Amino acid sequence: MTVQELPGAAAYRPTPPPAWKPLTDPAPLLPDPEPYRVLGTDAAADADPELLLRLYAELVRGRRYNAQATALTKQGRLAVYPSSTGQEACEIAAALVLEERDWLFPSYRDTLAAVARGLDPVEALTLLRGDRHTGYDPREHRIAPLCTPLATQLPHAVGLAHAARLKGDDVVALAMVGDGGTSEGDFHEALNFAAVWRAPVVFLVQNNGFAISVPLAKQTAAPSLAHKAVGYGMPGRLVDGNDAVAVHQVLGEAVARARRGEGPTLVEAVTYRMDAHTNADDATRYRVDSEVETWRAHDPVKLLERELTGRGLLGEDGIEEAREAAERMAAALRERMNADPVLDPMDLFSHVYTEQTGQLREQAARLRAELEAERDRHDDHGAEAGR
Amino acid sequence: MTTAAATTGARTAKTKPATMAQALGRALRDSMAEDPAVHVLGEDVGTLGGVFRITDGLAKEFGDDRCTDTPLAEAGILGAAVGMAMYGLRPVVEMQFDAFAYPAFEQLISHVAKMRNRTGGAMPLPITVRVPYGGGIGGVEHHSDSSEAYYMATPGLHVVTPATVDDAYGLLRASIASDDPVVFLEPKRLYWSKADWSPDAPADVEPIGRAVVRRPGRSATLITYGPSLPVCLEAAEAAVAEGWDLEVVDLRSLVPFDDETVAASVRRTGRAVVVHESTGFGGPGGEIAARITERCFHHLEAPVLRVAGFDIPYPPPMLERHHLPGVDRVLDAVARLQWEAEG
Ligand SMILES: Cc1ncc(C[n+]2csc(CCOP(=O)(O)OP(=O)(O)O)c2C)c(N)n1
Repeated sequence: MTVQELPGAAAYRPTPPPAWKPLTDPAPLLPDPEPYRVLGTDAAADADPELLLRLYAELVRGRRYNAQATALTKQGRLAVYPSSTGQEACEIAAALVLEERDWLFPSYRDTLAAVARGLDPVEALTLLRGDRHTGYDPREHRIAPLCTPLATQLPHAVGLAHAARLKGDDVVALAMVGDGGTSEGDFHEALNFAAVWRAPVVFLVQNNGFAISVPLAKQTAAPSLAHKAVGYGMPGRLVDGNDAVAVHQVLGEAVARARRGEGPTLVEAVTYRMDAHTNADDATRYRVDSEVETWRAHDPVKLLERELTGRGLLGEDGIEEAREAAERMAAALRERMNADPVLDPMDLFSHVYTEQTGQLREQAARLRAELEAERDRHDDHGAEAGR
Repeated sequence: MTTAAATTGARTAKTKPATMAQALGRALRDSMAEDPAVHVLGEDVGTLGGVFRITDGLAKEFGDDRCTDTPLAEAGILGAAVGMAMYGLRPVVEMQFDAFAYPAFEQLISHVAKMRNRTGGAMPLPITVRVPYGGGIGGVEHHSDSSEAYYMATPGLHVVTPATVDDAYGLLRASIASDDPVVFLEPKRLYWSKADWSPDAPADVEPIGRAVVRRPGRSATLITYGPSLPVCLEAAEAAVAEGWDLEVVDLRSLVPFDDETVAASVRRTGRAVVVHESTGFGGPGGEIAARITERCFHHLEAPVLRVAGFDIPYPPPMLERHHLPGVDRVLDAVARLQWEAEG
């Protein structure tokens, strides 16, 4: 029996929200079969040179940041670091496309987007260093906490954007997720809510080919991840995630669309994770070097550099300048990360509730006594050694 | 395969040191070899062999259909396992980390735990859900939760947690063979603990639900499980200098709970401390203390004490040593067992 034969089915139309024109033709929602590109095409000539140079400087800094953070794991200064090398174009475009009043909802890999949005590089690393779960005030920066459970931040982005609109605020939320994360129920629920509420949200999927070891083919049977948008009633856009200008344009259009009140967009940026999943992962178990090499030829930094030099917008001096600025950032980061964070164990009890419960006060007192005893032992020991 | 089949093949020769992780992998392998209905599924369990390498080699030996890399969706993984079990398979599901099992709670609580009961016994679900749990490995947020109390509070689930290499093998074999669903909690900070245990001559397969006395003693009982067992054993050794001869009971299974072994021990010693790293309030220790009080009231010389993690969200790794109950906190509780009525 087909759906049409069900009694009443032919007459069925979902109740539309106010002023909502149900889409009967899915065609405008469908992504193009090929990822959108700008660099190396005629369209690049129309791009604002200032933006190109800004993107370039940020990409170079981002690349250096990833390298520095990974080096810090080797020196034991960071517990773990999931590098976004190879994905810098997505990270940077996500940050640069937003206005100050907008919100970013990053996943655990998106430190770089947070830093490019202006977050202090050390504050952005506290989660991964292990001293604080979130080293910054999300409200101050309009960056939600870097999120480890996959896709759980996406419904939050929808709710926040919805709330902003209810309040009459002109705010857009951009939420980032990996290809693997698109399999989680939260991803689907978030897309559905966003479309039904026409919330001003942009979903950016960074399809970097793998969820730890699992390749995209084992994650989805869809023609592309951008295609998933159609079933929810929002447009899906496919973009070359290594083309910073293209990502910036596509996200820019999606943000503008959301701001106009036209609802959410799902953007899939096709990119590649050049490093292992984290410094602790052994990528040779699940992928071959030749694949990585193929992608190296499509390096986001080199792509933009080639465009800029080819058009005479960037010379050796400019490249050197960007490199030096990145070095200065890395040196400062290294130096600041080399200092041990000063932690007060009593903070364990500080932020569980608005007001500490009696129970927690008791436990805090117990810990304080322990710490004092520890300090006394330490002092005695020191005094003895001094004798 | 029946429970009986799994519990007979007892071989006890022990030759070279093996880790708990290896013993768990061997238990999966042996179960799969013996019973074609046993399937392993989860995130990264195939090619990679799991992020802790517990399932290493299984896809190669048994094929992708028996050891399957699934899409990244815990509710989907466990929900699919429900259907597989309904059709006669024995799925073993891997949840990558404690806090990433939460998306699967709906399936676990509403279906896995209830299916036998709601079908009047017609549809048991022999599913094993492996969950690496607990802290002490310097993991970032969402990688160190002790979620055993949530599982314990759900009737219909067995909740099992080994603390030794032997038990890792034996209890996992028994869990997979069980016709009831088992939440198998793996203390991840003991993954690399070693013991003289030969993968070629696996140890006894213990039935689920029996606690064991790891160290006999006369003056008080430490009741513990999983990651806190080594802490308690160390505390017991340290307490000798203070004149305390502590008995250490390893529960091994939280559901079913071995009241007999626990009560027998506490009746002998008259004093008890429950030690675990999950929160104290609403944690497993409260239930255990209540059971002891109900059964041993007249034998108790002091209230049953609990040593647990603080009642806070699991802290960042640089502070976790202050949160996790260590030897000193256990000894402090033991000292408080010198209870006097006015105290
Ligand atoms: C709910 C949940 N399940 C499992 C994990 C463990 N985990 C961490 S990263 C990861 C892979 C994520 O892949 P993808 O979404 O593609 O993002 P990428 O790492 O490629 O940026 C997994 C399985 C998790 N963090 N959250």
